[in-house]
Amino acid sequence: MQEVTKLQGAIDSQGERAVSRQTVYVYETAVRLWHWINALAITVLCISGYLIGSPPPSVPGEASAYYLMGYIRFAHFSAGYVLAIGFLFRLYWAFVGNRYSKQIFVPPVWNKLWRWGLVYELKWYLFLVKDPKKYIGHNPLGHAAMSSFVVVLIFMICSGFALYSQGAGNDSWQFALFGWVFSIWPNAQDVHTWHHLGMWSIVIFAIIHVYAAIREDILSRQSTISSIVSGERVFRDDFRN
Amino acid sequence: MSAQIETFYELIRRQGITRRSFVKFCSLTAASLGLGPTGAASVAQALETKPRVPVIWMHGLECTCCTESFIRSAHPLAKDVVLSMISLDYNDTIMAAAGHQAEAILQETRQKYKGQYILAVEGNPPLNEDGMFCIDGGRPFVERLTEMASDAMAVVAWGTCASWGCVQAAKPNPTHAVPIDKVIRNKPIVKVPGCPPIAEVMTGVITFVTMFGRLPDLDRQGRPKMFYSQRIHDKCYRRPHFDAGQFVEEWDDDGARKGFCLYKMGCKGPTTYNACSTTRWNGGVSFPIQSGHGCIGCSEDGFWDKGSFYDRLTGINAFGVERNADQIGLAAVGVVGAGIAVHAGITAVRQLTTKPRDNIKTISSDPTNPNAG
Ligand code: HEM
Ligand code: HEM
Ligand code: SF4
Ligand code: SF4
Repeated sequence: MQEVTKLQGAIDSQGERAVSRQTVYVYETAVRLWHWINALAITVLCISGYLIGSPPPSVPGEASAYYLMGYIRFAHFSAGYVLAIGFLFRLYWAFVGNRYSKQIFVPPVWNKLWRWGLVYELKWYLFLVKDPKKYIGHNPLGHAAMSSFVVVLIFMICSGFALYSQGAGNDSWQFALFGWVFSIWPNAQDVHTWHHLGMWSIVIFAIIHVYAAIREDILSRQSTISSIVSGERVFRDDFRN
Repeated sequence: MSAQIETFYELIRRQGITRRSFVKFCSLTAASLGLGPTGAASVAQALETKPRVPVIWMHGLECTCCTESFIRSAHPLAKDVVLSMISLDYNDTIMAAAGHQAEAILQETRQKYKGQYILAVEGNPPLNEDGMFCIDGGRPFVERLTEMASDAMAVVAWGTCASWGCVQAAKPNPTHAVPIDKVIRNKPIVKVPGCPPIAEVMTGVITFVTMFGRLPDLDRQGRPKMFYSQRIHDKCYRRPHFDAGQFVEEWDDDGARKGFCLYKMGCKGPTTYNACSTTRWNGGVSFPIQSGHGCIGCSEDGFWDKGSFYDRLTGINAFGVERNADQIGLAAVGVVGAGIAVHAGITAVRQLTTKPRDNIKTISSDPTNPNAG
């Protein structure tokens, strides 16, 4: 397998070769739009969610003059809807978009080359190999991280709407669709706790994700940050091939 | 006891209760059960014509707070009538009969009213050591419970013990106490959780069942919808303070004196389904939040094992230390952050100490290249 590293041009995470060229259009407009809307919604959700768990200091005076918790929760729920609708849209796009739009939903764990790439990429992060491989879509390690993120996202949406249904009432559509969460955790206190831990796992994902994106952008042989802005993957060492 | 049971109405008239009081009771009951405008008439009709349904009330591992609550039901009729109706049959705490005489009632009811009586269970069975941790009438409670349940029409699980396990099932649960639905599997069960449940909720449920001969509509967790479909938080009179962001920050602070929301003091109202904030306690006098203490979530599954009653964020017991989600999350972020710092450091050092690889052209520095960046 070692010779894969010596191949010219780029392969995608499953070994599909592309003609050697310097830019490939990877992230379609819809995917990029979703990425940034999603990132924004998550930022709002994390801040407002944290404040729901640990509210700001008490405000003095008459209750009728304030709606602080109300606004915090409103921000959380609105961003929650944006996140959920955005996710449904992104799921739809996986069916109609290009091959890379499907990646985050299907980690090809059955593919040997992909698994090899996963280990190789891990070694690259552990400074054990000299050069990273080039990938058109996500590299296998990034791919695995993205797919895990999707799982957490689904969990946050399900648990979030289940909690929402408690306020909306047992005859709400939210309860009809997401009430099953309370069959797993009969006491909503546990759902709060898991939802809260879910936030921290997303915060950790985001920290690593942004670090890796910046680092790859500087070090590796391909663009990353500009790719999620413009959609194009630029391979910087392919000019002479 | 004869197989021909008198009706509820006959019984109360015999006890000297007036028709007028009876009709009042019917309206009140219909209202509290949420039966709608024609409810009072159907309640009256049921009570006048249907024979009373016998009720057997058994006690397992418990503290008797359910019975204590029940006998304090506010409406005098509910108390007298419903109570006498039950003690006629079997409730070992408050009935007159004792010993073998009392035991005989159980078997008699089971034979005479097979498939017709209601089994109300207070407390729960411990399963360890073949049930030896709760011996009742010389036999393990679990045996007597399943025996009586097998011929019952339906089962009422009183309180958090019978519904969820409660404190006797707290970790590490040495007696292996389990909620009754773990041992009674083939009978409809209505769970009436709470430690104890509110008296009016108990009489409401028992009245409904004995009156209509069936269980009320149940929610996903087997609780009657009429009393458990809203959280304490949904109807709490301190809710405007919650929405405004006005909290008690410390016991006895200014907020506590002004009656602000108890959320930060660990109030579990936002996750607790019960009728306290509407029905209240002791005849509508007050309820915990009204007297300045947060809800401890006594009607919820596992409330006894979720850390301090006074913490907003639930304690998570991991690796023998108790932390909340934020403490765990922040610690993890710290570890990851430190890891990234080290990783970035190593990366920088290696970048500086290794020569540029000749097969990699850094094009971003080439201003003549249109694809730069
Ligand atoms: C990445 C996504 C999300 C994050 C990071 C997040 C974060 C949080 C956090 C930290 C809390 C406080 C939990 C606690 O009580 O300790 C919370 C509560 C809550 N979240 Fe989310 N959440 C997310 C998505 C959603 C979604 C999609 C919804 C659905 C509308 C939602 C609805 C709720 C509700 C209803 C509560 C409880 C509010 C209350 O008790 O007043 N969340 N969230
Ligand atoms: C300053 C903030 C961010 C930057 C610079 C950034 C950058 C990037 C880059 C460069 C990629 C493409 C990865 C590749 O080339 O293989 C990407 C993809 C992705 N990012 Fe971010 N990101 C940011 C914030 C976030 C946040 C907050 C989240 C969610 C927690 C997120 C979730 C994702 C996901 C799910 C993808 C995969 C997109 C797809 O294939 O559909 N990103 N991001
Ligand atoms: S006191 Fe408790 S139940 Fe009442 S509004 Fe505050 S958190 Fe909710
Ligand atoms: S307020 Fe909460 S803890 Fe108190 S009795 Fe009601 S449900 Fe139980």
